[in-house]
Amino acid sequence: MSFTDEQLERYSRNIILKEVGGKGQKKLLNGRVLIIGAGGLGAPAAMYLAAAGVGHLGLADADRVDLSNLQRQIIHTTSDVGLPKVESARLTIKALNPDVTVQTLEGLVTAENVSSLIKDYDFIIDGTDNFPAKFLINDACVIEGKPFSHAGIIRFQGQLITYIPHQGPCYRCLFPAPPPPDAVPTCRQAGVIGAMAGVIGSLQAMEAVKYLCGIGKPLTGSLLTYDALSMEFRKIKVTKRATCPVCGDNPTIVQPIDYEAPSCDLKP
Amino acid sequence: MELIVSGVKKNYDGALTVTQLLAVEKVATPEYVTVSINEELVDQAAFETHLLADGDQVEFLYFMGGGRG
Repeated sequence: MSFTDEQLERYSRNIILKEVGGKGQKKLLNGRVLIIGAGGLGAPAAMYLAAAGVGHLGLADADRVDLSNLQRQIIHTTSDVGLPKVESARLTIKALNPDVTVQTLEGLVTAENVSSLIKDYDFIIDGTDNFPAKFLINDACVIEGKPFSHAGIIRFQGQLITYIPHQGPCYRCLFPAPPPPDAVPTCRQAGVIGAMAGVIGSLQAMEAVKYLCGIGKPLTGSLLTYDALSMEFRKIKVTKRATCPVCGDNPTIVQPIDYEAPSCDLKP
Repeated sequence: MELIVSGVKKNYDGALTVTQLLAVEKVATPEYVTVSINEELVDQAAFETHLLADGDQVEFLYFMGGGRG
């Protein structure tokens, strides 16, 4: 694959980096990243990956754009209200960079479809807002041997960790089972500042770019936490749990599970 | 006893179990918090019996679900 003049210009700031170069840019253009959740985290992640020239982006989301989303979900605009989020996001990505092929799933990711969905991708970004989905993505990625970035945000706080198969802990090592519905507040109940989604979603995009280019050190084995009010980032070292039901020594979870979605996440 | 809790050195009177430390530190929803001691994740079932030792580094990991909404 050789670059067009337009690509050389578009990606010049990537290519000039010695860690990326033409070789890395080709890896990005051949790269395939699936973004589950085209919302707060997925919006900046998808936009930065599209801008960087990641050639194939998958988007999965069941929702439509709501006016209350626009405070943080910068991939959607006022005229997109009412459109399926994946369609609105696809239009933004195509306008940003026509090099990118976008595949969309307008629907829920479930135990039934998750494995076939992630199979075609090199890296998965968990931009979901609920624990059933987070555990589903974790388990499917561990079982299928796919790297992924977990992130969560609430109020002025965020967290991030990367899973690479056979390296370090998975999300279930950190949290063995989802909390009961309504036990832990969601952004809808607790609020969140839009820039928080920008910070953490951009970090997820960075992890995907590093992975595709094969540069640097992924955020495995540490949970990065961010407190915006004190402006503190901390890396908390975490190790694999031998008793982890999905990646431990004697796994009991061998296929993805649909946990009941919390009722508070249903549209009012 | 001196512990390093969430990166901060603190002194505590007498011996403490993980459950007692969660109470002293007023951790919200302690039943859903993951605790690591000296970079090892502790099983929830051991919270009530695990005695913290002088100099232990303790971290609390919280569920954070938001993002899409």
